[in-house]
Amino acid sequence: MSTTEHSEFIDSDTGKLGMWLFLFTELFLFGGLFIVYAVMRSKYAADFHQAALELNVFVGATNTVVLLVSSMTVAMSLTAIQQKRAGKAMGLLFITLLLAGVFMVNKYFEWGHKFGLHLYPGSDVMKSLPHGEIMFFGLYFMMTGLHALHVIIGGVLLTIVIFKIKSGKINAEHYLLQENGALYWHLVDLIWIFLFPLLYLVT
Amino acid sequence: MTNSSTSEPLNYLNHKTGLWSWLSSTDHKRIGLMYMYTITIFFCTAAILGLLMRIEKLTPGQTIMTAQTYNGMFTIHGIIMIFIVVIPGLAAVFGNFFLPIMIGAKDVAFPKLNLFSWYVFIAGAMLGLYSQFANGHSPDTGWTFYVPYSASASSNVVIALTAAFVLGFASILTGLNFIVTIHRMRAPGMTWFRMPLFPWSLYATAWIQLLATPIVGITLLMVIAERTLHIGFFDPALGGDPVLYQHLFWIYSHPAVYVMILPAMGVVTEIFPTFSQKPVFGYVPIVFSSLAIALVGYFVWGHHMFTSGISYESRWFFSFLTFLVAIPSAIKVFNWLSTMYGGSVDLKPPLLFAISFIFLFTIGGFTGLTLGSLATNIQLHNTDFVVAHFHYIIFGGMGFAFFAAIHYWFPKIYGRMYNFKWANISWGFLFVGFNLLYFPLFVMGIQGMPRRYFDYDPKFQTGEMLSTIGAFILIIGLIIMISNLVYGSRRGAIAPANPWHGVTLEWQIPSPPPHENFDEIPVITHEPYRFDHPYTK
Amino acid sequence: MKNNENHVSSDSLNWTVLVILLILTTITILAIKIHLGAYTVALALILASIKVSIVLTYFMHLKFENMLLRLMVGGVFLLFAVVIAITFIDYYFR
Repeated sequence: MSTTEHSEFIDSDTGKLGMWLFLFTELFLFGGLFIVYAVMRSKYAADFHQAALELNVFVGATNTVVLLVSSMTVAMSLTAIQQKRAGKAMGLLFITLLLAGVFMVNKYFEWGHKFGLHLYPGSDVMKSLPHGEIMFFGLYFMMTGLHALHVIIGGVLLTIVIFKIKSGKINAEHYLLQENGALYWHLVDLIWIFLFPLLYLVT
Repeated sequence: MTNSSTSEPLNYLNHKTGLWSWLSSTDHKRIGLMYMYTITIFFCTAAILGLLMRIEKLTPGQTIMTAQTYNGMFTIHGIIMIFIVVIPGLAAVFGNFFLPIMIGAKDVAFPKLNLFSWYVFIAGAMLGLYSQFANGHSPDTGWTFYVPYSASASSNVVIALTAAFVLGFASILTGLNFIVTIHRMRAPGMTWFRMPLFPWSLYATAWIQLLATPIVGITLLMVIAERTLHIGFFDPALGGDPVLYQHLFWIYSHPAVYVMILPAMGVVTEIFPTFSQKPVFGYVPIVFSSLAIALVGYFVWGHHMFTSGISYESRWFFSFLTFLVAIPSAIKVFNWLSTMYGGSVDLKPPLLFAISFIFLFTIGGFTGLTLGSLATNIQLHNTDFVVAHFHYIIFGGMGFAFFAAIHYWFPKIYGRMYNFKWANISWGFLFVGFNLLYFPLFVMGIQGMPRRYFDYDPKFQTGEMLSTIGAFILIIGLIIMISNLVYGSRRGAIAPANPWHGVTLEWQIPSPPPHENFDEIPVITHEPYRFDHPYTK
Repeated sequence: MKNNENHVSSDSLNWTVLVILLILTTITILAIKIHLGAYTVALALILASIKVSIVLTYFMHLKFENMLLRLMVGGVFLLFAVVIAITFIDYYFR
């Protein structure tokens, strides 16, 4: 077996370990923002509370539920492919993509609302706010923006998985890509689980 | 020569030829060499920039360039040397080439990802170069990109930041690949404690690359956001905190020093037993000191910020941990010395470089403690003393280890031998030039000469001049060394498979190694570095 | 391939996990209404950590992975906690 052919079939444990290590780097990427958040919140507790009132808890909670459900459908899809039910697996992934779409539409309206109020970095309204509120909104846009980027990447990844299931490249014997796609999607969920209370539920 | 080349057995160099066969190769050996050639080109570029800076400082006042040019030059010298040369350096070149061979594998765990990371590296390196020339405003922030200046400087800072981000991504992918390779690809019988020590040092390094680099990634993104979107995390006018930037930057960039030095320690740990023909002294302590350096090294970032106004308690804490890191480093030094003690020491060029590594690294390490003490730090912060200290660690440590590594593994890589006499001569120039270049900076630093200054008080001229002379000697040494190696790789005498009588796996396969390293995956039966026992079945 | 050894989570397990996560989310939203002062953020973070560990354990199959991977994941979260703590040695005492 030559090295180039060798790489075509990376065995499952190796591939998964690689994915987990990659997820660690993602955690630390967001981790940097969490450090900034922690420092700024400890410095400007009252301003953070005031600024967070601007965010709609209902929208945040809805998106939390949407992501949690999508996390489950991804997990169930993996179960389905293991049980040789490719149709069910694709269906569940499709539902996941729909939920990702719902999340992004929610996010779009949420951001749109802020922009409507001229609450965006660098705006005059923003500059007139107290320092802590500027920091809060800066973090809000940076964190949710980076997270939304990850939702998009995860969506693309799961779309590729759907096509590979369709063509039979992912099947009950070889489903490493789907496992890793699912792991990535759970990470997106996992980050949001922290973001939700930190951004929407500040007292 | 023509006769032997037609009957030469197929190896990784000649089984396929042509530029494209290199650019599309997923062979870890070829990728390692591609890293080496790229890194050498960038190293020479940045070394010339360094020489130009030294010439500028030959006399007080303007000598050959303006102050602004000088600022751009030390910035780009730093960015190239740190992000393109030293951080990938040993791991990407010799790690790629020898890690799979030393653990008895045919390749790394993800060969395609490995090639991809080289392209990412090239993209980052090109961006770095572009930042220097675009619009004629080279960045002038220093490689540390400190805010608030980097958030407002009217130069190509965004491009340089993006370059550092992209290069960081390449470094992460290499680290990820190595961790998985070491976990999953070791040959049968090679338990963790039968693994040679260079792979061990790469393992410790890879974890730092993986877990520290993302923090600087997001930090650089925040500075980019600061410049383009005016978010203000680090801008006091908007409520931000510039010291927070320093925290985030050094959370990565201090561990990055260990990304540079740990593989260097790994390399010399391979060289000492081979040239003493004696088992390495204290295998287990060396392993654990590598891991300890990686772990504790993650928590000492604040010692770069003693004068930045951080709290007294944290200064105390960081200073204490800094002293703690010295312990595992010292353990290694004792181990290397004890390995040579009583052995049949054979002073070939690789050992010469490895011994000078110990000498220079020890000076760099002790002056590091001077900087790590709170009281002396106030006096020495931001002086030439710091410049001397980190050049002793990075160039004297990592650089000389790189030279040791290339002289050690050269016959394996090319199947030919370089000229020993010229190698020794180049060593002499490099060693003398290095010390003459950097040692005066210690003295001038203590006398109060600040770093990054284009001009200086005339009383420093003797020191500055000595330093510049040292730079010229160093460059001559580099030219001799590189010429000797290039000549050796093309015309050198054919080297036997195991010229140094090494016992690790790379010495038990032909030189140059075959495309897939091993015809048959070896089975390991003993701990490494046993010169009286066969390592494999 | 090694895939055959992989654990297959049943749909009912996945549903159960989801219901627990939703309950915890509801508790989080309700909990901030209680005035606990500075402890509210601690409570919210503890609840979030419980949710995250459930996602890691069941959805991400850590329960069925080898010990090494579990140690790595635990170590990474611990490392991050230590980094935050060390940063606050500065900010807390300043």
